[in-house]
Amino acid sequence: MTTLLEVRGLRKYFPIRKGLLRRVVGQVRAVDGVSFTIRKGETLALVGESGCGKTTVSRCILRALAPSAGAINFSIGGRTVDLAALKRRQLRPLRRHMQMVFQDPYSSLNPRMVVGDIIGEPLLINGMTDRAERRKRVAELMELVQLPAAYLNRFPHAFSGGQRQRIGIARALALNPELIVADEPVSALDVSVQAQILNLMLDLQDRLQLTYLFVAHDLSVVKHVSDRVAVMYVGRIVELAETEALYNRPLHPYTEALLSAAPTPVPGVASNRIVLEREIADPANPPPGCAFHPRCRHAQDRCRQQTPELEEVEPGRWVSCLRARELSLQGIADPA
Amino acid sequence: MAEPILSVRNLQTQFAAQEGVVHAVDGVDFDVFEGRTLGVVGESGCGKSVTARSILGIVESPGRVVGGQILLRPAKGGAPIDLLTLSPKAMRDIRGPEIALVFQEPMASFSQYYTIGNQITEAIRLHMGMDANAARARAIDLLDMVGVPQPSRRVDEYPFQLSGGLRQRVMIAMALACDPRVLIADEPTTALDVTTQAQILDLLRELQQKRGLAIILITHDMGVIAEMAHDVAVMYLGRAVETGPVGEIFSSPKHPYTRALLRSIPTVLAKPRTRLPTIAGSIPHPFNRPTGCPYHPRCSEIITGLCETAEPPAVGEASREVRCFLHGGRP
Repeated sequence: MTTLLEVRGLRKYFPIRKGLLRRVVGQVRAVDGVSFTIRKGETLALVGESGCGKTTVSRCILRALAPSAGAINFSIGGRTVDLAALKRRQLRPLRRHMQMVFQDPYSSLNPRMVVGDIIGEPLLINGMTDRAERRKRVAELMELVQLPAAYLNRFPHAFSGGQRQRIGIARALALNPELIVADEPVSALDVSVQAQILNLMLDLQDRLQLTYLFVAHDLSVVKHVSDRVAVMYVGRIVELAETEALYNRPLHPYTEALLSAAPTPVPGVASNRIVLEREIADPANPPPGCAFHPRCRHAQDRCRQQTPELEEVEPGRWVSCLRARELSLQGIADPA
Repeated sequence: MAEPILSVRNLQTQFAAQEGVVHAVDGVDFDVFEGRTLGVVGESGCGKSVTARSILGIVESPGRVVGGQILLRPAKGGAPIDLLTLSPKAMRDIRGPEIALVFQEPMASFSQYYTIGNQITEAIRLHMGMDANAARARAIDLLDMVGVPQPSRRVDEYPFQLSGGLRQRVMIAMALACDPRVLIADEPTTALDVTTQAQILDLLRELQQKRGLAIILITHDMGVIAEMAHDVAVMYLGRAVETGPVGEIFSSPKHPYTRALLRSIPTVLAKPRTRLPTIAGSIPHPFNRPTGCPYHPRCSEIITGLCETAEPPAVGEASREVRCFLHGGRP
């Protein structure tokens, strides 16, 4: 499979300023050396808890934020460009190839625009000035996301959360993008609607050969949509693997704890859960050595001194843990 | 089984708006027992939070409890008191010492201008008649009990100085300040990360075991219900459509909504890239409440000609009820 996107050594630091002169007194290392690739047509999930840097990574890829360091190689039309090195003007023609689906379908749609204009806006901006042609394409897109075309002239407030998310998806698809970055696309939705949107995303991927970067905190949702999963903790990827392998046999203690903490809709399963103590490390002041060591039940002295690198321990399995080869961790417990 | 501490009977809460009346809670019944957790589960607009607020008498205008009974059995025994008949002043003595509430959003539910110690001691001094020093000592004890590290230092901090998980612990400490018998937790872990959620759920379970608390746990998350609840009430558009022990709700759900809801939940046990069964349509707007059984437009097992017009009554025994004509109650 060909690589669509390659992220190398991505860093994004936010300065902490203090005092009258707004002097920089420190750095929040929101993303601190992240590398991964996304293959064409696959779904890579970026998973982690709040503050782990997953959203910052996705925003750097879309160049909504300028990375502090690193390369973002995007392959399009037979050539590869480093998005991190481009200027705003140079980025503009590339933006149509990567689009975003947002978390909150309530705040991400302009309440003063009718649905037809919301979905048609990217078309207009990219030069489809003919009104009839635009209408036709908007109708096509609405059909694609299973919204009745009759709703063209309605405002967002007339739609339910799930319908709004469909509008957001239609808008993202308007320009036939290669890459869709979906940041928590279903976490604001009710369970019964969540399933509809997840299925829609899977169907659209099959039909249009889309590539997804799926940013989420919910491991259950991620299991349903992704081919591969990257787990982040305090600005770094701690583990990256094929979905099934990662869930069945995690290699990083943090992945193990996350899987164990995920509530399972089966009464009585939760009894032997690993409950992590303390809190997520502060990215402005991460602990020395492995950032996870203060919460890790397998930590040894060397974990406090030596910072582990992400390395490929088995084909396709990347993990950043000094003890990855010696630990035998617990995957998801199948009640059956 | 013992007598319930709290029984809700045919509770009805309505919101009068210009466009019409919203029946937010429309005839809810359930019982809560000492040392047990009742999980109230449902999607947005099902009335689960309004039910909690109705019990505490803190429904905001234009909302109003228009009918039903909320029966609280007094600690010393005797006949149950109907909270809906109490004066506002008498209700104040219920909130805190008898029934306390843990809110969903720990940031929005604290005052930003007072230290957490200040906010915890307010209730202690009001309800338990302690002086400032004794109340402060109790606040520190409470923080220690809910696992806040360095409680004697934290007690003087402001809410913004705490992480989300710690704020939720403080919120629980505050709710327990006056030794309530019933704790209502409204989505207590929804704003938290999974590893923090696991900590808070553990804490609630531990407190329940130690103090015999009756907990009403309100959530949209079936995973949390499976883990925490002893009994479950599944709500849809203001009604408890199915109630029963947690094992039975999950292993043999009766109402088509419960069944569909359980099937549509993503789980870590699924095969990667599998489609989920879905529930057709979406939750109706409160002003367009369907006639008959409120679930009928989305129901795959609808009995045409009946479900659209008639409202299914609750059938079954008190501990295992379902409102669906498939299980009886046909006119």
